[in-house]
Amino acid sequence: MTTEWLGVIAMYAVAVLLAIPLGKYLARVFKGDPTLTDFMKPLERFIYRLGGVSETADLNWKQNLAALLTINVVWFLLAFGFLLFQGILPLNPDGNPSQTPDLAFNSAISFLVNCDLQHYSGESGATYLTQLAVMMFLMFVSAATGMAAAVLLFRSFLPERSETVGNFYVLFTRSITRVFLPGSLVIALILAFNGTPASFDGKDTIVTLQGDTVNVSRGPAAGMIAIKHLGTNGGGWFGANSAHPLENPNYLTNMVEMIAQMVLPIAMIFALGFFINRKRFAWVIYGVMTVGMLLLLIPTIVTELHGNPAIAQLGIAQPTGAMEGKEVRFGPLASAYWSIITTIISTGSVNSMHDSSMALSGAMELLGMMVNAFYGGVGAGLLNFYYFLIITVFISGLMVGRTPELFGRKVEAREIKIASLVALLSALLVKGGTALAAWVFIQYNNVDWVVKPSAWLNNPAFHGFSEMLYEMTSANANNGSGFEGLGDNNIFWNVSTGFILLLGRYVPIIGPVAIAGLLAKKKYVPESSGTLPVDTATFGLMIFAVIVILTALSFFPALALGPLAEYFSLK
Amino acid sequence: MKTHLSTAIRLTLVMLVLLVVIYPLVVAGIARLAPGSGKGETVTVNGKIVGYKLIGQAFTQDRYFNGRPSAVDYNAAGSAGSNKGPSNPDYLKTVQARIDTFLVHNSTVQKSAIPAELVTASGSGLDPDVSPTAAKIQNARIAKIRGLSAERLNQLVDEQTKGPLLGLFGPSTVNVLALNIALDTLK
Repeated sequence: MTTEWLGVIAMYAVAVLLAIPLGKYLARVFKGDPTLTDFMKPLERFIYRLGGVSETADLNWKQNLAALLTINVVWFLLAFGFLLFQGILPLNPDGNPSQTPDLAFNSAISFLVNCDLQHYSGESGATYLTQLAVMMFLMFVSAATGMAAAVLLFRSFLPERSETVGNFYVLFTRSITRVFLPGSLVIALILAFNGTPASFDGKDTIVTLQGDTVNVSRGPAAGMIAIKHLGTNGGGWFGANSAHPLENPNYLTNMVEMIAQMVLPIAMIFALGFFINRKRFAWVIYGVMTVGMLLLLIPTIVTELHGNPAIAQLGIAQPTGAMEGKEVRFGPLASAYWSIITTIISTGSVNSMHDSSMALSGAMELLGMMVNAFYGGVGAGLLNFYYFLIITVFISGLMVGRTPELFGRKVEAREIKIASLVALLSALLVKGGTALAAWVFIQYNNVDWVVKPSAWLNNPAFHGFSEMLYEMTSANANNGSGFEGLGDNNIFWNVSTGFILLLGRYVPIIGPVAIAGLLAKKKYVPESSGTLPVDTATFGLMIFAVIVILTALSFFPALALGPLAEYFSLK
Repeated sequence: MKTHLSTAIRLTLVMLVLLVVIYPLVVAGIARLAPGSGKGETVTVNGKIVGYKLIGQAFTQDRYFNGRPSAVDYNAAGSAGSNKGPSNPDYLKTVQARIDTFLVHNSTVQKSAIPAELVTASGSGLDPDVSPTAAKIQNARIAKIRGLSAERLNQLVDEQTKGPLLGLFGPSTVNVLALNIALDTLK
């Protein structure tokens, strides 16, 4: 047991220790200062020339948003087309069929928005072409989009008053060449040398020691699994995601994949501190997020190590903890840790099946996604945190009777309206979506869809409700993990979560970037004794209170109906 | 907007070449040096491939160490867990049935000693490992069938146990396929 604790502590410590220098590096990359990776510059210039990008042109926030949204539309069309026709396109050694239109719609959006909700299984629902040109490609570019959007936001914190906030194309390209591509290459090779397949060979057939004939799915998985974590995407090459022994062969790869998904979200916080030269402020953000993480993590670990009370009643031993849906080589502790990290930072990859998590762990996983800003996804985490920040500045400004301002710029009605709308939208999407699903489940039990509503749920009672709630929450948070028992490959879930995915991604990008654009245009008023300082523990506490009030409380009724009700019924 | 569209398409094409053609080919190329040449490492007995080192396979016979239950019957082309919730009554009946079956096949084992991993399905359905405890609890059964001493089997499990990473991180595990291959070589 001691070694399992050491493993978890090491995973966290290494991630943070790497994140601090990496944050400094990111700040230099995005400011354009000299770095160790400047040997990439010729490649970047080549990309700009072929892409028709002007490296020196600064754009205003509307132009940047137009650029971001236009290229996202192009990616969507490309992905949708490939998925619709994957069955007849090349690189399909296993002869898998094309995706149906509603599934292709859902898959394309899901990977486009860095969510990776998968209503198919990698072994049978995708081809090597789409795994690489759709799933893996979108993993790279969606993560780079999030990172670029966050850097656009950083610029608004600087004192210079300006119309322009940076150049999306340049920030996007640098994210790829300086972060995601080199990082993924290293991780992919570590995985490949530990047993993850990387070649293009198709399924193999073997006869086992006991004499059974078994097909074994393979493929060029290592490269995708690397960016899946580094970009906090989470979509698996195989159906069982990082619980699959080829996708996550041993404890070392488990540590690597875990550190890979944590390191950039945390590094982005420190990058902000270095970028605007306010390191204390970065530590306040880090502190708030870490307290949030611990509050979700500790109950999860306790409940998973304690084991399933219903199984304890059957009279057997649970020496390590709850084992349903978990792998022996990771054990319940590292699985519990992963289940919280992957839900707070929007990766959504899993190394154990969340549907079989203990009831309280399920509640914590859901809460992690509902807040979606305790570290959060690459870039997206800070964008989400930003609207909590704006609201906190406003509320605490009013409480102490000072003009609400952030880094020398007044926060006024327009900014607050945008921030509040973004904050309220997620509660609406998650609860509205779940209510709609529950209504269809009751009223149209027998509709002739591929999976009839009566067959949606893999578990009865409260846990069945949790399956629907989890799916909608995961879609809105762009997380991608699931209570995978849910029969979600049918028109209802494909279409409804498709739209929630879109809104859950682009509104939280557009909102903060718009606020940042509005703030950057305002006159800079130097901070004085009349300014409310934002880099103090008191202010950190205020942000925390705002997060709890805005998210935890607004989602509490839904949690009470699902995992909390199950928890109390198990006693 | 028009300029954005042209840039978007051109930049997308460049990125496709870089990320979808060059990157996977580089990874695949270097991985040829890895064990199994990046195709997945296989295990051979008497010149015949009997499995993949990392992929668990079904061992249902009493003469072999049994691995964990699998929600997909160890189908390595369709990995999945059971996705059963902890309170699901049907699921609890399944677990009860597995406990009963285990006790029939291992009559010397006390119910309270059965580790949960032997009656619960793994996350992938392909878990290649069990804990040393879960292996050793089957020693008496296998010793009887194969006419070996329980002592010798204990020793075998210890030999096949992989300790924590660097002796520091994570649980100890036993690869069931490797264990059973070694078992077959015992006299």
